[in-house]
Amino acid sequence: MTDTTREPDPTASAPKPLLSARKVRKSFGGVEVLKGISLDVAAGQVMCLLGPSGSGKSTFLRCINHLERIDGGRISVDGELVGYAARHGRIFEMNRREVARQRGGIGMVFQRFNLFPHMTALENITAAPIGVRGVPKPAALSRGRALLDRVGLADLAQSYPAQLSGGQQQRVAIARALAMDPKLLLFDEPTSALDPELVGDVLDVMRALAADGMTMVVVTHEIGFARGAADEVVFMDAGVVVESGPPASVLDNPQNPRTKAFLDSVM
Amino acid sequence: MPNLPLVRPGPTAPPAAVPAGSDPDDIDAVPLRHPWRWVIAMLLLVVFAAVAVSLWQNDNVNHPSISEFIFDRRILDGVVLTLVLTIVSMAVSTVFAVLLAVMRLSNNPVMNALSWLYIWGFRGTPLLIQIVFWGYLGLLYAQITLGIPFTDFSLFSVDTNTLIPAFTAGLLALTLNQAAYSAEIVRAGMLSVDEGQYEAAYSVGMSPTFTLFKVVLPQAMRVIIPPMGNETISMLKNTSLLSVIAVLEVYTVATQISSQNLRQVELLVVVSCWYLFLTSMLSIPQYYLERHYGRGNARTLPPTPLARVWAALRPTQRPTTNRADAP
Repeated sequence: MTDTTREPDPTASAPKPLLSARKVRKSFGGVEVLKGISLDVAAGQVMCLLGPSGSGKSTFLRCINHLERIDGGRISVDGELVGYAARHGRIFEMNRREVARQRGGIGMVFQRFNLFPHMTALENITAAPIGVRGVPKPAALSRGRALLDRVGLADLAQSYPAQLSGGQQQRVAIARALAMDPKLLLFDEPTSALDPELVGDVLDVMRALAADGMTMVVVTHEIGFARGAADEVVFMDAGVVVESGPPASVLDNPQNPRTKAFLDSVM
Repeated sequence: MPNLPLVRPGPTAPPAAVPAGSDPDDIDAVPLRHPWRWVIAMLLLVVFAAVAVSLWQNDNVNHPSISEFIFDRRILDGVVLTLVLTIVSMAVSTVFAVLLAVMRLSNNPVMNALSWLYIWGFRGTPLLIQIVFWGYLGLLYAQITLGIPFTDFSLFSVDTNTLIPAFTAGLLALTLNQAAYSAEIVRAGMLSVDEGQYEAAYSVGMSPTFTLFKVVLPQAMRVIIPPMGNETISMLKNTSLLSVIAVLEVYTVATQISSQNLRQVELLVVVSCWYLFLTSMLSIPQYYLERHYGRGNARTLPPTPLARVWAALRPTQRPTTNRADAP
């Protein structure tokens, strides 16, 4: 993998992006849902992906941590190709153990929370650090408690997911993702399954993370969150990036009629 | 509405005598009566009593020999062997079953086909035939040899009947057959786990194996345990089939005794009593396993049987008062 065409670009004064996607394509059963997505996210930046359902936002997010295998193009996180490894000048598909190691550095928060129902909140957070990274149990437990405190749930460490509200579950899920010290956090419509009055708590946690300098890619319908927290907003439709830029320009002064129509329908 | 005095008298408090502090909006109602339950219960008791008396007065049953043989040394040894066969074959077959289920659900086409073939073969032939097959394996292969196929090289060679005595043959037949059935139960349990659980586990860097043991199987257990309890009880009774290869479990022992003293009915009663006792005992660990793996699913766990007994013995709150939640 020699990227000699882009590397010595003299105008590239910006640091290398943490997430870089180039012409990513993905089809499901003959239907192409991603038709060449290219975008960059610099370290510490927050990118919000907006778009109507079926536009491919979630699929793209799942490609970033290799939950979906891409059919074309390339995605790299922190300079490392996702799902592939370069050895002896050739590119090899990673085996499942290598993919698992790589995913440990990319956290993900799901629309339906997907907490492990048979584990307490604290166990949900510490299972991977202890079992995957080999962190000693006392250290993992105190870190887990600190993370629960950070998402405002310090006193619910011993509760099972079924005993928590949706908003509390989603905050535990964020803490679980943070426990692996990810370089990048992916959010797949994190507030879409929540009752309206619980959305605020989750968004507050996400804003705090953004303020702390966490690199985040957020698929969301919360235009208010995108406006306040995003460094860049990308509008996707039908598998392509229609428009992108700072929230002020994309959200308040959209150039593309499709963006305009979408924003009119959600705001 | 018939107001039969069938429920326990209790404190029949007139509405005026509602204790101080009780909300006057609370309904003080007479609970729904169920007189037909009592009628049917009485009828059944009469039928049961009639059957019991006819059995007791039957001259063809020699009652003293039932009590003579129920704790007979040979019967007790048979009971122990039955229990050992059940527990060992269930334990080993469950390990095989998990392996077969994982193979069946894997993306590896070789493993997939192998598992399918195994389940097809062992589920598709009668257990009785499999027992006879393992019992008489010596007729098919007089010697069992470990070596390299299609060459003369052999590490060791042993007489089949020495390597596989009747007990081992029986254990092998029950275990291998049960593994095929249990594999489908385990597979059903694994399929019941939401796809999102795999994704969440993978997203925090868990490997497929770690995900299986820490995330998928513990959740699948909730679905697996009730049918596995069923299988355990089936297994306990299926051990009696080993009488065809003369394994000395409780049924074989009983038939041997009755062939000498001609008390067939009495010994079948003895054996049935033991089977009933053992199946009752086996449902206790199942209850506690279900409780264990049910944690996190119910907001409050159901009470243990002891807790239920305790609750039933304690006086309940005034049964005649129902709180009306809605106007």
